[in-house]
Amino acid sequence: MGLRAEKVKKDFIRKSKDTNVFTAVHPVDLKLTGGTLTELCGRSGSGKSTLLNMLAGLLKPSEGTVYIDDIDIYALEDKALSKLRNEKLGVIPQGHSAISSLTVLENVLLPLSVYERHVDPAYAMELLDMVGIAHLKDAMPSELSGGEMRRMAIARAFVTKPSIVLADEPTGDLDDENTEIVLRLLKEAAQKGAAVLLVTHEKEANKYADRIYRMNAGKLDPVL
Amino acid sequence: MNLFKRLPLLNIQRKPGRSVALAVLSAFLAASVFAGSVIVSSLQSGLSSLEDRLGADIMVVPYSATTKSDLSNILLQGNKGYFYMDDQVLDQLSSIDGVRQMSSQFFLASANAGCCSFSVQIIGFDAKTDFVVQPWIRKSYQKPLETKDIIVGNDLNAFVGDTIRFYNVDCRVVGKLDKTGTMMDTTVYTSIPTCKLLMKSAYENKLNDFGNVDPDTVVSDVLINVDGEHNVEEVVNDINLHVKNVEAIKTKDMISGIAGSLQGVSRLIGILMACVWFLAIVILMVAYRMVTNERIREFAVLRVLGVSSRKLFSLILKEGMIIGLIGALCGVTAGALIVFPFHQMIESQLGLPYLLPSTARIVGLVLMALVVTVFTGGMAAAVSANRISKMDTGLILREDQ
Repeated sequence: MGLRAEKVKKDFIRKSKDTNVFTAVHPVDLKLTGGTLTELCGRSGSGKSTLLNMLAGLLKPSEGTVYIDDIDIYALEDKALSKLRNEKLGVIPQGHSAISSLTVLENVLLPLSVYERHVDPAYAMELLDMVGIAHLKDAMPSELSGGEMRRMAIARAFVTKPSIVLADEPTGDLDDENTEIVLRLLKEAAQKGAAVLLVTHEKEANKYADRIYRMNAGKLDPVL
Repeated sequence: MNLFKRLPLLNIQRKPGRSVALAVLSAFLAASVFAGSVIVSSLQSGLSSLEDRLGADIMVVPYSATTKSDLSNILLQGNKGYFYMDDQVLDQLSSIDGVRQMSSQFFLASANAGCCSFSVQIIGFDAKTDFVVQPWIRKSYQKPLETKDIIVGNDLNAFVGDTIRFYNVDCRVVGKLDKTGTMMDTTVYTSIPTCKLLMKSAYENKLNDFGNVDPDTVVSDVLINVDGEHNVEEVVNDINLHVKNVEAIKTKDMISGIAGSLQGVSRLIGILMACVWFLAIVILMVAYRMVTNERIREFAVLRVLGVSSRKLFSLILKEGMIIGLIGALCGVTAGALIVFPFHQMIESQLGLPYLLPSTARIVGLVLMALVVTVFTGGMAAAVSANRISKMDTGLILREDQ
């Protein structure tokens, strides 16, 4: 169970030089199992986010296969893949990811309403409280700082109680205190049985990780 | 309601600047389509009303009236005038083959002076033989007209029970006609004996000499309906050949000029409407493309949260259609505020028969404008929605870094 990538590779054709194929991710095998927090580090442009997007079913690999609970996700129709993503995955994309017309609380509750699942505002408030922005539940995203928006995205990723969490630089805009809170939250999710992948630059994350990989020029190397 | 289902509405409500800009474009389209359609429809109703009111196949007038121009000036353009011919022409016309119905009329023009309440065209008809005026006069007055009884056109400032003075004769208003959108709205109808009485009074009081004709021996025109066995053209030719000093005219020929102008105006309005529609769709498509590009990351985030490409397409389309509907309702209201309160000004500017269509037709035009606008807004949104829903989410997130 969990997430498994086999020989996953991603090539991009550079538009300016249409014969030039750029390999962002060389064939990668990776397994994310429940109960573990896997850290993926590496320099900017090394292919970390590309790999994460392929694992999340958001970017079709040029080669290879991604399995979630033994289901080849890229063999699924978009409708089934989207539903599976909503049910199984909690994705924290890099950068700002708020829906600007919804309040903080509505943003957090939104994933539950896409497939009309049970909406639990109390749990959403609990998550907002954990990331320290409960008092901003009625605020609009335009009123939030970058760090507050990141925390909102983290709460939103957890609201569906996903079995797999894919977090792309979740602590990017956070201060040390909030970085600590978020890393602890991810660790707790892993301890509760989720398979967690953390893409980060934070050295602080090492102490929470069960396994560490480094991405270098599209190649994945185990560190721990 | 489910939050995701409410999202299109929330996007509109909470991003009013963006929504209003798109709605204004839709409103502009709806106002043009609705106002243009109402004007074209009013012109068509006006022509149809004119055809109904003329109601005869042939008109026979004195040759000296230089026929078409004078006659159409009086009957179609609203100018006041009169001309007369010997009433013996009636006997000659009755002997022409193919004449099924025949009735004479008597024209008078009241003066713009103290003897008269208004300067209007007065048309007297022969109650015994008339088949043109009485059928539609009966809608407002069912009894036979007594001497000095008159029926007034809709635009005249007179009402049933009022007394109006023509050449020092007090006439009683017994009916008021429905609006026709033609010069008939400013005409007074009465019996031929009343017309003759007015003419005599004008003579006695030296108010108008009307060419010093004897009112008891003249008529102004004769209206004829042809039986089914004869061709109207043949009867016209027969009359022109055998009856001296008169000119027979096909009524359809008389209004063909108006029909031609109307077709020209309608075509012009149609072309303008098509241009507005084309411009609106191009502008809306560009606007939606800009708006969706601005929101591309939001759409990618929705995909991250598990929204399928189909759901995303439907969300953008729904939003576009709601904005289109809001714009369409505002636009139709704005269009209505132009074409209804200012219909008289439009009528006088166009100089053509102009009759606002029935309520049912207006409701139809409202629905048509709403459908065209919502469809156009939806289509413009759908093009962007289709593009966005097919994009690779991972690439959007990657390119947006």
